[in-house]
Amino acid sequence: MPIIRVKGLSYRYPGSSRTVLKNITLNIDEGEYVVITGPSGCGKTTLCRCFNGLIPHFYGGNLEGEIIVNGFPVKETSTSTLAQYVGMVFQEPESQLFLLSVEREVAFGLENLGLPREEIVKRVDEALKLVGISHLRDRAPHELSGGEQQKVALAACIAMQPKILVLDEPTANLDPISAVNILNLLQSLRNKLGVTIILVEHRLEAVASVADRFIVMNDGMIVSDGDPRDVLSSTNIEGLGVGVPKVIQLYKDLKRRNVIFNLVPLTPKEVKACLMEVLEFD
Amino acid sequence: MIEISDLWFDYDGFPVLRGVSLKIELGEVVAIMGENGAGKTTLIRHFNGLLKPKRGYVKVFGVDTREATVAELSRRVGLVFQNPDHQLFAETVFDEVAFALKNFGFPEDVIERRVEWVLKMLDLYDLKDRSPFSLSGGERKRVAIASILSYDPDIIVFDEPTVGQDYGQKERLAQLIKLLKSQSKIIVVVTHDVEFVAENFPRVVLLSKGRVIADGSTRRVLTDEKLIRRANLLLPQVTQVAKHLVEFGVPGDLMWVSEIRGAILKVLGRGCT
Repeated sequence: MPIIRVKGLSYRYPGSSRTVLKNITLNIDEGEYVVITGPSGCGKTTLCRCFNGLIPHFYGGNLEGEIIVNGFPVKETSTSTLAQYVGMVFQEPESQLFLLSVEREVAFGLENLGLPREEIVKRVDEALKLVGISHLRDRAPHELSGGEQQKVALAACIAMQPKILVLDEPTANLDPISAVNILNLLQSLRNKLGVTIILVEHRLEAVASVADRFIVMNDGMIVSDGDPRDVLSSTNIEGLGVGVPKVIQLYKDLKRRNVIFNLVPLTPKEVKACLMEVLEFD
Repeated sequence: MIEISDLWFDYDGFPVLRGVSLKIELGEVVAIMGENGAGKTTLIRHFNGLLKPKRGYVKVFGVDTREATVAELSRRVGLVFQNPDHQLFAETVFDEVAFALKNFGFPEDVIERRVEWVLKMLDLYDLKDRSPFSLSGGERKRVAIASILSYDPDIIVFDEPTVGQDYGQKERLAQLIKLLKSQSKIIVVVTHDVEFVAENFPRVVLLSKGRVIADGSTRRVLTDEKLIRRANLLLPQVTQVAKHLVEFGVPGDLMWVSEIRGAILKVLGRGCT
Protein backbone atom coordinates (compact mmCIF):
# COMPACT_ATOMS: atom_id res chain seq x y z
CA MET A 1 0.00 0.00 0.00
CA PRO A 2 1.55 3.31 -1.02
CA ILE A 3 1.75 5.73 1.90
CA ILE A 4 3.01 8.43 -0.45
CA ARG A 5 1.62 8.96 -3.94
CA VAL A 6 3.09 11.59 -6.20
CA LYS A 7 1.60 12.16 -9.63
CA GLY A 8 2.78 14.60 -12.30
CA LEU A 9 4.53 16.81 -9.76
CA SER A 10 6.25 19.93 -11.09
CA TYR A 11 7.47 22.80 -8.98
CA ARG A 12 9.10 26.24 -9.16
CA TYR A 13 10.22 28.28 -6.15
CA PRO A 14 8.63 31.76 -5.93
CA GLY A 15 10.45 34.38 -7.98
CA SER A 16 12.38 31.72 -9.89
CA SER A 17 11.85 30.69 -13.48
CA ARG A 18 13.64 27.37 -13.01
CA THR A 19 11.47 24.26 -12.73
CA VAL A 20 13.21 22.26 -10.00
CA LEU A 21 10.86 19.26 -10.12
CA LYS A 22 9.71 18.08 -13.52
CA ASN A 23 6.69 15.88 -13.83
CA ILE A 24 7.59 13.44 -11.07
CA THR A 25 5.46 10.36 -10.52
CA LEU A 26 6.31 8.12 -7.62
CA ASN A 27 4.73 5.75 -5.11
CA ILE A 28 6.36 4.86 -1.82
CA ASP A 29 4.96 1.90 0.12
CA GLU A 30 4.39 1.88 3.83
CA GLY A 31 7.46 0.47 5.58
CA GLU A 32 9.85 1.00 2.66
CA TYR A 33 13.42 2.19 3.30
CA VAL A 34 14.13 4.49 0.37
CA VAL A 35 17.34 6.35 -0.40
CA ILE A 36 17.11 9.38 -2.67
CA THR A 37 20.38 10.56 -4.17
CA GLY A 38 21.70 12.65 -7.04
CA PRO A 39 24.00 15.61 -7.67
CA SER A 40 23.52 18.84 -5.73
CA GLY A 41 20.67 20.89 -7.10
CA CYS A 42 18.93 17.83 -8.62
CA GLY A 43 15.75 18.53 -6.62
CA LYS A 44 15.94 15.85 -3.93
CA THR A 45 15.63 18.23 -0.97
CA THR A 46 12.81 20.05 -2.75
CA LEU A 47 10.98 16.76 -3.28
CA CYS A 48 11.29 15.96 0.44
CA ARG A 49 9.85 19.34 1.35
CA CYS A 50 6.70 18.32 -0.53
CA PHE A 51 6.20 15.28 1.72
CA ASN A 52 5.54 17.33 4.85
CA GLY A 53 3.85 20.27 3.16
CA LEU A 54 6.67 22.80 3.63
CA ILE A 55 6.09 23.03 -0.09
CA PRO A 56 3.72 24.67 -0.91
CA HIS A 57 2.53 25.97 2.49
CA PHE A 58 5.76 27.57 3.73
CA TYR A 59 7.77 28.12 0.55
CA GLY A 60 4.89 29.06 -1.75
CA GLY A 61 5.85 28.89 -5.41
CA ASN A 62 4.15 27.15 -8.28
CA LEU A 63 3.12 23.55 -7.69
CA GLU A 64 1.44 21.33 -10.26
CA GLY A 65 0.33 17.75 -9.91
CA GLU A 66 -0.77 15.73 -6.94
CA ILE A 67 0.87 14.62 -3.68
CA ILE A 68 -1.01 12.39 -1.26
CA VAL A 69 0.66 11.54 2.04
CA ASN A 70 -0.95 9.02 4.36
CA GLY A 71 -4.24 9.71 2.59
CA PHE A 72 -4.04 13.50 2.88
CA PRO A 73 -3.75 15.67 -0.22
CA VAL A 74 -0.78 17.85 0.73
CA LYS A 75 -2.04 20.96 -1.05
CA GLU A 76 -5.20 21.02 1.08
CA THR A 77 -3.71 19.80 4.38
CA SER A 78 -2.05 22.01 6.98
CA THR A 79 1.58 21.40 7.87
CA SER A 80 0.59 20.85 11.50
CA THR A 81 -1.67 17.95 10.50
CA LEU A 82 1.01 16.47 8.25
CA ALA A 83 3.60 16.90 11.03
CA GLN A 84 1.76 14.27 13.07
CA TYR A 85 2.61 11.66 10.45
CA VAL A 86 5.76 12.96 8.80
CA GLY A 87 8.90 13.66 10.82
CA MET A 88 11.69 15.61 9.21
CA VAL A 89 15.38 15.76 10.11
CA PHE A 90 17.46 18.31 8.25
CA GLN A 91 21.10 18.55 7.25
CA GLU A 92 21.88 21.34 9.69
CA PRO A 93 20.54 20.40 13.10
CA GLU A 94 21.26 23.84 14.55
CA SER A 95 18.38 25.30 12.59
CA GLN A 96 16.10 22.86 14.39
CA LEU A 97 17.35 23.19 17.98
CA PHE A 98 16.53 26.14 20.18
CA LEU A 99 15.90 25.06 23.77
CA LEU A 100 18.20 25.04 26.79
CA SER A 101 18.53 21.33 27.42
CA VAL A 102 18.52 18.21 25.29
CA GLU A 103 15.69 16.77 27.36
CA ARG A 104 13.51 19.84 26.87
CA GLU A 105 14.31 19.83 23.18
CA VAL A 106 13.13 16.24 22.75
CA ALA A 107 10.04 16.88 24.91
CA PHE A 108 9.01 20.04 23.07
CA GLY A 109 7.01 18.49 20.24
CA LEU A 110 5.30 16.07 22.64
CA GLU A 111 4.24 18.90 24.94
CA ASN A 112 2.71 20.64 21.93
CA LEU A 113 0.68 17.52 21.20
CA GLY A 114 -0.73 17.85 24.73
CA LEU A 115 0.32 14.36 25.81
CA PRO A 116 0.15 13.42 29.52
CA ARG A 117 3.36 13.98 31.49
CA GLU A 118 4.14 10.30 32.12
CA GLU A 119 3.81 9.56 28.41
CA ILE A 120 6.16 12.44 27.59
CA VAL A 121 8.76 11.26 30.11
CA LYS A 122 8.55 7.72 28.77
CA ARG A 123 8.88 8.73 25.14
CA VAL A 124 11.78 11.11 25.84
CA ASP A 125 13.65 8.37 27.72
CA GLU A 126 13.08 5.89 24.91
CA ALA A 127 14.12 8.28 22.17
CA LEU A 128 17.31 9.34 23.99
CA LYS A 129 18.20 5.71 24.58
CA LEU A 130 17.48 4.63 21.01
CA VAL A 131 19.76 7.32 19.60
CA GLY A 132 22.37 6.71 22.30
CA ILE A 133 22.46 10.15 23.91
CA SER A 134 20.95 9.56 27.37
CA HIS A 135 24.17 10.95 28.86
CA LEU A 136 23.60 14.29 27.13
CA ARG A 137 20.09 14.90 28.49
CA ASP A 138 21.00 17.86 30.71
CA ARG A 139 23.44 19.49 28.31
CA ALA A 140 22.59 22.58 26.26
CA PRO A 141 22.14 21.69 22.56
CA HIS A 142 24.12 24.71 21.34
CA GLU A 143 27.17 23.52 23.32
CA LEU A 144 27.24 20.12 21.65
CA SER A 145 29.27 19.09 18.63
CA GLY A 146 27.59 19.02 15.22
CA GLY A 147 27.25 15.26 15.33
CA GLU A 148 25.73 15.25 18.79
CA GLN A 149 23.27 17.95 17.74
CA GLN A 150 22.23 15.81 14.81
CA LYS A 151 21.41 12.98 17.20
CA VAL A 152 19.33 15.34 19.35
CA ALA A 153 17.33 16.43 16.30
CA LEU A 154 16.76 12.79 15.39
CA ALA A 155 15.67 11.89 18.93
CA ALA A 156 13.20 14.79 18.95
CA CYS A 157 11.79 13.46 15.72
CA ILE A 158 11.58 9.82 16.79
CA ALA A 159 9.82 10.77 20.05
CA MET A 160 6.90 12.01 17.95
CA GLN A 161 6.48 8.47 16.57
CA PRO A 162 5.86 9.51 12.98
CA LYS A 163 4.69 7.02 10.34
CA ILE A 164 7.11 8.49 7.82
CA LEU A 165 10.59 9.75 8.61
CA VAL A 166 12.20 12.03 6.04
CA LEU A 167 15.88 12.67 6.64
CA ASP A 168 18.02 15.04 4.59
CA GLU A 169 21.62 13.86 4.95
CA PRO A 170 21.20 13.08 8.63
CA THR A 171 24.63 11.49 8.93
CA ALA A 172 26.54 14.24 7.17
CA ASN A 173 28.02 15.60 10.39
CA LEU A 174 28.48 12.27 12.13
CA ASP A 175 31.62 10.19 12.48
CA PRO A 176 31.34 6.97 10.44
CA ILE A 177 30.51 4.67 13.36
CA SER A 178 27.80 7.03 14.64
CA ALA A 179 26.54 7.28 11.07
CA VAL A 180 26.29 3.50 10.71
CA ASN A 181 24.55 3.32 14.09
CA ILE A 182 21.95 5.84 12.93
CA LEU A 183 21.40 3.99 9.64
CA ASN A 184 20.94 0.72 11.52
CA LEU A 185 18.62 2.45 13.97
CA LEU A 186 16.49 3.63 11.05
CA GLN A 187 16.41 0.09 9.73
CA SER A 188 15.22 -1.25 13.07
CA LEU A 189 12.53 1.46 13.32
CA ARG A 190 11.36 0.23 9.97
CA ASN A 191 11.55 -3.45 10.91
CA LYS A 192 9.96 -3.15 14.37
CA LEU A 193 7.48 -0.33 13.90
CA GLY A 194 6.95 -0.30 10.15
CA VAL A 195 8.09 3.30 9.88
CA THR A 196 8.61 4.42 6.29
CA ILE A 197 12.11 5.82 5.87
CA ILE A 198 13.04 8.33 3.17
CA LEU A 199 16.70 9.20 3.31
CA VAL A 200 18.53 11.77 1.19
CA GLU A 201 22.19 10.84 1.04
CA HIS A 202 25.37 11.42 -0.98
CA ARG A 203 27.63 8.93 0.76
CA LEU A 204 26.28 5.64 -0.46
CA GLU A 205 28.82 3.17 1.00
CA ALA A 206 26.90 2.65 4.21
CA VAL A 207 23.32 2.98 2.96
CA ALA A 208 23.63 0.62 0.01
CA SER A 209 23.19 -2.47 2.14
CA VAL A 210 20.40 -1.21 4.43
CA ALA A 211 17.96 0.36 1.95
CA ASP A 212 15.27 -1.51 0.00
CA ARG A 213 15.20 0.94 -2.83
CA PHE A 214 17.36 3.62 -4.45
CA ILE A 215 16.03 6.61 -6.36
CA VAL A 216 18.51 8.69 -8.35
CA MET A 217 17.46 12.16 -9.43
CA ASN A 218 19.04 14.53 -11.90
CA ASP A 219 17.85 17.92 -13.07
CA GLY A 220 14.45 17.62 -11.40
CA MET A 221 13.69 14.16 -12.76
CA ILE A 222 13.98 10.58 -11.58
CA VAL A 223 16.60 8.86 -13.74
CA SER A 224 16.82 5.53 -11.96
CA ASP A 225 14.57 3.81 -9.41
CA GLY A 226 14.76 0.28 -8.05
CA ASP A 227 16.80 -2.29 -6.17
CA PRO A 228 20.11 -0.77 -4.94
CA ARG A 229 22.11 -3.41 -6.83
CA ASP A 230 20.44 -2.60 -10.13
CA VAL A 231 20.49 1.16 -9.66
CA LEU A 232 24.11 1.43 -8.53
CA SER A 233 25.42 -0.80 -11.31
CA SER A 234 23.30 0.74 -14.06
CA THR A 235 24.90 2.82 -16.77
CA ASN A 236 22.09 5.40 -16.41
CA ILE A 237 23.77 7.00 -13.45
CA GLU A 238 27.32 7.15 -14.81
CA GLY A 239 28.61 10.66 -15.31
CA LEU A 240 25.99 12.17 -13.03
CA GLY A 241 28.39 12.74 -10.16
CA VAL A 242 26.84 10.05 -7.98
CA GLY A 243 29.39 8.65 -5.52
CA VAL A 244 29.13 4.98 -6.42
CA PRO A 245 30.54 2.82 -3.58
CA LYS A 246 34.02 1.40 -4.09
CA VAL A 247 32.73 -2.21 -4.11
CA ILE A 248 30.53 -1.33 -7.09
CA GLN A 249 33.42 0.40 -8.87
CA LEU A 250 35.45 -2.73 -8.27
CA TYR A 251 32.64 -4.91 -9.63
CA LYS A 252 32.48 -2.82 -12.81
CA ASP A 253 36.27 -2.71 -13.19
CA LEU A 254 36.53 -6.47 -12.89
CA LYS A 255 33.67 -6.99 -15.29
CA ARG A 256 35.52 -4.94 -17.89
CA ARG A 257 38.38 -7.39 -17.43
CA ASN A 258 36.07 -10.37 -17.87
CA VAL A 259 35.80 -11.28 -14.20
CA ILE A 260 32.04 -11.56 -13.83
CA PHE A 261 30.50 -11.77 -10.35
CA ASN A 262 27.03 -13.28 -10.39
CA LEU A 263 25.80 -10.66 -7.92
CA VAL A 264 26.43 -6.92 -7.69
CA PRO A 265 28.16 -6.74 -4.29
CA LEU A 266 27.04 -4.08 -1.82
CA THR A 267 29.46 -4.96 0.98
CA PRO A 268 33.07 -6.17 1.33
CA LYS A 269 31.72 -9.48 2.61
CA GLU A 270 29.72 -9.96 -0.57
CA VAL A 271 32.85 -9.27 -2.62
CA LYS A 272 34.51 -12.18 -0.87
CA ALA A 273 31.53 -14.48 -1.48
CA CYS A 274 31.48 -13.48 -5.16
CA LEU A 275 35.19 -14.09 -5.51
CA MET A 276 34.92 -17.54 -3.93
CA GLU A 277 32.23 -18.48 -6.42
CA VAL A 278 34.41 -17.40 -9.32
CA LEU A 279 37.30 -19.41 -7.87
CA GLU A 280 35.14 -22.54 -7.56
CA PHE A 281 33.87 -22.13 -11.08
CA ASP A 282 37.44 -21.79 -12.36
CA MET B 1 54.31 26.61 9.80
CA ILE B 2 52.15 25.59 12.74
CA GLU B 3 53.71 24.38 15.96
CA ILE B 4 51.54 23.12 18.79
CA SER B 5 53.03 22.02 22.08
CA ASP B 6 51.19 20.36 24.96
CA LEU B 7 47.96 22.22 24.22
CA TRP B 8 45.22 21.96 26.84
CA PHE B 9 41.78 23.47 26.55
CA ASP B 10 38.48 23.14 28.40
CA TYR B 11 35.01 24.65 28.15
CA ASP B 12 33.99 25.63 31.71
CA GLY B 13 36.09 22.87 33.20
CA PHE B 14 34.91 20.29 30.63
CA PRO B 15 38.23 19.14 29.12
CA VAL B 16 38.32 19.02 25.33
CA LEU B 17 42.03 19.06 24.45
CA ARG B 18 44.44 17.20 26.73
CA GLY B 19 48.02 17.83 25.78
CA VAL B 20 48.02 17.99 21.97
CA SER B 21 51.40 18.38 20.25
CA LEU B 22 51.66 18.71 16.50
CA LYS B 23 53.87 20.26 13.81
CA ILE B 24 52.75 21.10 10.29
CA GLU B 25 55.17 22.48 7.69
CA LEU B 26 54.51 24.62 4.63
CA GLY B 27 53.34 22.57 1.65
CA GLU B 28 51.76 19.90 3.83
CA VAL B 29 48.24 18.59 3.37
CA VAL B 30 46.92 17.08 6.58
CA ALA B 31 43.60 15.48 7.50
CA ILE B 32 42.48 15.70 11.11
CA MET B 33 40.07 12.91 11.96
CA GLY B 34 38.41 11.56 15.07
CA GLU B 35 35.07 10.82 16.69
CA ASN B 36 32.31 13.39 17.25
CA GLY B 37 33.43 15.50 20.19
CA ALA B 38 37.11 14.41 19.90
CA GLY B 39 38.20 18.07 19.91
CA LYS B 40 38.94 18.55 16.19
CA THR B 41 37.08 21.83 15.76
CA THR B 42 38.37 23.11 19.09
CA LEU B 43 41.91 22.37 17.92
CA ILE B 44 41.67 24.26 14.62
CA ARG B 45 40.05 27.25 16.30
CA HIS B 46 43.39 27.72 18.01
CA PHE B 47 45.13 28.19 14.65
CA ASN B 48 43.81 31.71 14.11
CA GLY B 49 43.54 32.62 17.77
CA LEU B 50 39.75 32.31 18.07
CA LEU B 51 40.57 30.16 21.10
CA LYS B 52 43.68 30.58 23.23
CA PRO B 53 45.45 27.70 25.00
CA LYS B 54 44.74 27.20 28.70
CA ARG B 55 48.12 25.46 28.87
CA GLY B 56 50.89 24.89 26.32
CA TYR B 57 51.23 27.03 23.21
CA VAL B 58 50.29 27.38 19.56
CA LYS B 59 52.74 29.17 17.27
CA VAL B 60 51.89 30.20 13.73
CA PHE B 61 54.95 31.17 11.71
CA GLY B 62 56.75 31.58 15.02
CA VAL B 63 54.12 33.90 16.53
CA ASP B 64 52.51 32.75 19.78
CA THR B 65 48.75 33.05 19.22
CA ARG B 66 48.31 34.54 22.70
CA GLU B 67 50.41 37.50 21.61
CA ALA B 68 48.52 38.28 18.40
CA THR B 69 44.96 39.39 17.61
CA VAL B 70 42.54 37.27 15.62
CA ALA B 71 42.62 39.94 12.91
CA GLU B 72 46.40 39.70 12.56
CA LEU B 73 46.37 35.92 12.53
CA SER B 74 43.45 35.74 10.10
CA ARG B 75 45.48 37.48 7.42
CA ARG B 76 47.66 34.36 7.26
CA VAL B 77 45.24 31.69 8.52
CA GLY B 78 41.92 31.28 6.73
CA LEU B 79 39.38 29.15 8.54
CA VAL B 80 36.40 27.78 6.63
CA PHE B 81 33.75 26.91 9.18
CA GLN B 82 31.68 23.77 9.29
CA ASN B 83 28.41 25.68 9.14
CA PRO B 84 28.67 28.32 6.41
CA ASP B 85 25.87 30.35 7.99
CA HIS B 86 28.30 31.34 10.74
CA GLN B 87 30.37 33.07 8.13
CA LEU B 88 28.01 34.50 5.54
CA PHE B 89 26.31 37.87 5.85
CA ALA B 90 26.61 39.91 2.62
CA GLU B 91 23.78 40.64 0.19
CA THR B 92 25.33 38.97 -2.81
CA VAL B 93 27.75 36.14 -3.37
CA PHE B 94 30.14 38.59 -5.04
CA ASP B 95 30.13 40.99 -2.06
CA GLU B 96 30.58 38.10 0.32
CA VAL B 97 33.70 36.91 -1.43
CA ALA B 98 35.03 40.45 -1.93
CA PHE B 99 34.53 41.47 1.71
CA ALA B 100 37.85 40.38 3.19
CA LEU B 101 39.75 41.73 0.19
CA LYS B 102 38.11 45.14 0.68
CA ASN B 103 38.85 44.95 4.36
CA PHE B 104 42.50 44.24 3.71
CA GLY B 105 42.59 47.27 1.37
CA PHE B 106 43.20 45.62 -2.01
CA PRO B 107 42.61 47.85 -5.08
CA GLU B 108 39.29 47.45 -6.94
CA ASP B 109 40.73 45.80 -10.06
CA VAL B 110 42.58 43.20 -8.01
CA ILE B 111 39.40 42.49 -6.08
CA GLU B 112 37.41 42.05 -9.31
CA ARG B 113 39.97 39.67 -10.76
CA ARG B 114 40.47 37.60 -7.63
CA VAL B 115 36.75 37.22 -6.95
CA GLU B 116 36.03 36.24 -10.53
CA TRP B 117 38.85 33.69 -10.47
CA VAL B 118 37.78 32.07 -7.23
CA LEU B 119 34.06 32.02 -8.13
CA LYS B 120 34.81 30.31 -11.43
CA MET B 121 37.08 27.81 -9.75
CA LEU B 122 34.37 26.85 -7.29
CA ASP B 123 31.63 26.78 -9.90
CA LEU B 124 29.82 29.74 -8.35
CA TYR B 125 30.23 32.38 -11.03
CA ASP B 126 26.66 32.09 -12.32
CA LEU B 127 25.40 32.72 -8.80
CA LYS B 128 27.47 35.86 -8.16
CA ASP B 129 24.47 38.21 -7.94
CA ARG B 130 22.34 35.91 -5.78
CA SER B 131 21.94 36.25 -2.04
CA PRO B 132 24.06 33.65 -0.23
CA PHE B 133 21.01 32.76 1.82
CA SER B 134 18.98 31.79 -1.23
CA LEU B 135 21.51 29.08 -2.12
CA SER B 136 21.55 25.38 -1.25
CA GLY B 137 23.62 24.12 1.68
CA GLY B 138 26.34 22.82 -0.63
CA GLU B 139 26.50 26.08 -2.57
CA ARG B 140 26.69 28.18 0.62
CA LYS B 141 29.55 26.00 1.75
CA ARG B 142 31.45 26.76 -1.46
CA VAL B 143 30.78 30.48 -1.03
CA ALA B 144 32.32 30.27 2.44
CA ILE B 145 35.38 28.56 0.93
CA ALA B 146 35.60 31.20 -1.82
CA SER B 147 35.50 34.05 0.68
CA ILE B 148 38.61 32.65 2.38
CA LEU B 149 40.57 31.67 -0.74
CA SER B 150 40.06 35.11 -2.26
CA TYR B 151 42.54 36.78 0.10
CA ASP B 152 45.17 34.10 -0.35
CA PRO B 153 46.11 33.10 3.21
CA ASP B 154 49.16 30.85 3.76
CA ILE B 155 47.28 28.40 5.91
CA ILE B 156 43.82 27.22 4.94
CA VAL B 157 41.78 25.19 7.37
CA PHE B 158 38.59 23.46 6.25
CA ASP B 159 36.16 22.14 8.82
CA GLU B 160 34.17 19.30 7.23
CA PRO B 161 34.28 20.64 3.65
CA THR B 162 32.75 17.55 2.05
CA VAL B 163 29.53 17.61 4.06
CA GLY B 164 26.58 18.09 1.72
CA GLN B 165 28.81 18.00 -1.36
CA ASP B 166 28.13 15.56 -4.17
CA TYR B 167 30.79 13.43 -5.80
CA GLY B 168 31.63 15.90 -8.54
CA GLN B 169 32.04 18.74 -6.06
CA LYS B 170 34.27 16.57 -3.90
CA GLU B 171 36.45 15.86 -6.92
CA ARG B 172 36.73 19.61 -7.52
CA LEU B 173 37.59 20.16 -3.87
CA ALA B 174 40.35 17.55 -4.18
CA GLN B 175 41.71 19.38 -7.23
CA LEU B 176 41.55 22.64 -5.34
CA ILE B 177 43.55 21.16 -2.48
CA LYS B 178 46.17 19.93 -4.94
CA LEU B 179 46.36 23.39 -6.47
CA LEU B 180 46.79 25.01 -3.06
CA LYS B 181 49.46 22.48 -2.19
CA SER B 182 51.36 23.35 -5.35
CA GLN B 183 51.42 26.93 -4.05
CA SER B 184 53.19 25.63 -0.91
CA LYS B 185 50.36 26.43 1.42
CA ILE B 186 49.43 24.50 4.51
CA ILE B 187 46.08 22.80 4.09
CA VAL B 188 44.40 21.28 7.11
CA VAL B 189 41.09 19.51 6.68
CA VAL B 190 38.89 18.26 9.50
CA THR B 191 36.76 15.47 8.13
CA HIS B 192 35.01 12.17 8.78
CA ASP B 193 35.10 11.27 5.14
CA VAL B 194 37.40 8.26 5.17
CA GLU B 195 37.08 7.63 1.43
CA PHE B 196 37.96 11.24 0.60
CA VAL B 197 41.03 11.12 2.85
CA ALA B 198 42.20 7.74 1.51
CA GLU B 199 42.21 9.17 -2.00
CA ASN B 200 43.62 12.62 -1.40
CA PHE B 201 45.65 13.02 1.78
CA PRO B 202 49.21 11.89 2.51
CA ARG B 203 49.07 12.49 6.27
CA VAL B 204 46.42 11.86 8.91
CA VAL B 205 46.31 13.07 12.50
CA LEU B 206 43.91 10.99 14.56
CA LEU B 207 42.34 12.62 17.60
CA SER B 208 40.41 10.78 20.26
CA LYS B 209 39.03 12.25 23.47
CA GLY B 210 41.26 15.30 23.19
CA ARG B 211 44.51 13.46 22.51
CA VAL B 212 46.51 12.65 19.39
CA ILE B 213 46.39 8.86 19.14
CA ALA B 214 48.13 8.61 15.77
CA ASP B 215 49.96 10.88 13.36
CA GLY B 216 51.48 9.48 10.20
CA SER B 217 51.00 8.33 6.63
CA THR B 218 47.40 7.83 5.58
CA ARG B 219 48.04 4.24 4.60
CA ARG B 220 49.50 3.38 7.98
CA VAL B 221 46.82 5.15 10.00
CA LEU B 222 43.65 4.44 8.01
CA THR B 223 44.32 0.72 7.51
CA ASP B 224 44.99 0.09 11.21
CA GLU B 225 41.71 -1.35 12.40
CA LYS B 226 42.34 -0.88 16.13
CA LEU B 227 43.26 2.79 15.79
CA ILE B 228 40.35 3.45 13.49
CA ARG B 229 37.89 1.88 15.92
CA ARG B 230 39.18 4.00 18.79
CA ALA B 231 38.41 7.14 16.79
CA ASN B 232 34.94 5.89 15.78
CA LEU B 233 35.95 5.70 12.13
CA LEU B 234 35.54 2.93 9.58
CA LEU B 235 38.25 1.45 7.40
CA PRO B 236 38.11 2.65 3.78
CA GLN B 237 35.82 0.27 1.90
CA VAL B 238 38.68 -1.06 -0.24
CA THR B 239 40.67 -1.82 2.92
CA GLN B 240 37.66 -3.69 4.31
CA VAL B 241 37.57 -5.79 1.16
CA ALA B 242 41.32 -6.41 1.42
CA LYS B 243 41.02 -7.56 5.04
CA HIS B 244 38.27 -9.99 4.01
CA LEU B 245 40.66 -11.45 1.44
CA VAL B 246 43.77 -11.79 3.60
CA GLU B 247 43.48 -15.60 3.46
CA PHE B 248 44.07 -15.38 -0.30
CA GLY B 249 47.33 -13.53 0.30
CA VAL B 250 45.89 -10.07 -0.34
CA PRO B 251 47.75 -7.39 1.69
CA GLY B 252 45.52 -5.83 4.36
CA ASP B 253 46.64 -2.24 3.76
CA LEU B 254 45.18 -1.56 0.31
CA MET B 255 43.18 1.68 -0.04
CA TRP B 256 42.46 2.17 -3.73
CA VAL B 257 40.19 0.38 -6.19
CA SER B 258 43.10 -0.03 -8.61
CA GLU B 259 45.09 -1.87 -5.91
CA ILE B 260 42.36 -4.28 -4.88
CA ARG B 261 41.49 -4.94 -8.50
CA GLY B 262 45.11 -5.90 -9.17
CA ALA B 263 45.18 -8.11 -6.08
CA ILE B 264 42.00 -9.94 -7.07
CA LEU B 265 43.21 -10.52 -10.62
CA LYS B 266 46.38 -11.99 -9.11
CA VAL B 267 44.33 -14.30 -6.87
CA LEU B 268 42.52 -15.45 -10.00
CA GLY B 269 45.85 -15.96 -11.74
CA ARG B 270 45.04 -13.43 -14.40
CA GLY B 271 48.21 -11.38 -14.03
CA CYS B 272 48.44 -7.70 -13.47
CA THR B 273 46.37 -6.16 -16.23
